[in-house]
Amino acid sequence: MNLRSYIFGIAAALLVLAVVISLLRRRRLRERHAVWWLFAGTLALIAGVFPETLTHAASFLGIEVPVNLVFFTSIAVLFLVSLQHSSELTALETKTRILAEKVALMELRSENASDTTGDRTD
Amino acid sequence: MPPGLDQTLIVIPAFNEARCVGDVIREVYAALPGVTVLVVDDGSSDDTSGVSRREGARVATLPFNLGVGGAMRLGFLYALEHDFPVVVQIDADGQHDPAGVPALLAELDEADLVLGARFAGAGDYKIRGPRRWAMKALAVTLSRTAHTTLTDTTSGFRASGPRAVTLFARHYPAEYLGDTVESLVIASRGGLKIRQVPVAMRTRVAGVSSHRPFKAAFYLGRAAIALAVAFIHPSSAYRMSV
Repeated sequence: MNLRSYIFGIAAALLVLAVVISLLRRRRLRERHAVWWLFAGTLALIAGVFPETLTHAASFLGIEVPVNLVFFTSIAVLFLVSLQHSSELTALETKTRILAEKVALMELRSENASDTTGDRTD
Repeated sequence: MPPGLDQTLIVIPAFNEARCVGDVIREVYAALPGVTVLVVDDGSSDDTSGVSRREGARVATLPFNLGVGGAMRLGFLYALEHDFPVVVQIDADGQHDPAGVPALLAELDEADLVLGARFAGAGDYKIRGPRRWAMKALAVTLSRTAHTTLTDTTSGFRASGPRAVTLFARHYPAEYLGDTVESLVIASRGGLKIRQVPVAMRTRVAGVSSHRPFKAAFYLGRAAIALAVAFIHPSSAYRMSV
């Protein structure tokens, strides 16, 4: 590995962290969604600054080519985040449905109320 | 002069507290004549709303659970819309004694936000383990931010004056732990004056606390995250034109 790719790895990890923290700061990202990205960014930064940790972790897990551990971890994180999003989406759909039901019932109630008051004024 | 009870809105966020909330409301009316009580039913599946209505409280029922922070936001919005200058939060489980409210209100002369603190002398409330360390660390950090000594930062027993109500109606956090921890950071960065008053707390009348012992370590981590997030928000976001 040459110096250029070493710096590139660290810069990429720092960029990820900077973007996530900036979104968090401006309240464009809720903390429970940010945690996974912060986790991934920190891992990338550690592997970028100390490449030997990656080699050690790979040999500990019996992975011959260390870069495969990077691919595995990246895919695992992306998979988990997308699974979390699917589950959040389901929760949001449920909440939207409940809100729609409430609005429909309230509209019905207010129509009935205005009908009865209309009768009284006649 | 402290604000009158007729100008005070008691907000009781309640999630599945049908067994206790009735007693709490009765106690509030007995101890604080003339006060208005708003129960925010946070998507309960039991009869929390019905019980509260029968006890004469105003009831806002949320269609699903938003957490204490979300329920309190609604309370502050209601206070703003109906011209209540003061909001006092009381938990629905009966651990806050309404007899302590006048002490909180008296302190609002000096401050914008008054916390009822459990460890400041009165009562015999005790906790142990990691949760205690977390609360200690929170107390130290938040005391520095708020420029006053705070010992019980996760206390839900608090009184908000007019400036705090205006700020919180817009910025009260709905995140986990945000309602207690982050709200203090928002308040002090918004230029509000925070004070604490010792109050006696009781052990819970019924039900179990939402913080179980095995969650203690998890709680510590989340408290740290909540605090870190509160501090990285730009403070200009909370500045008020009051």
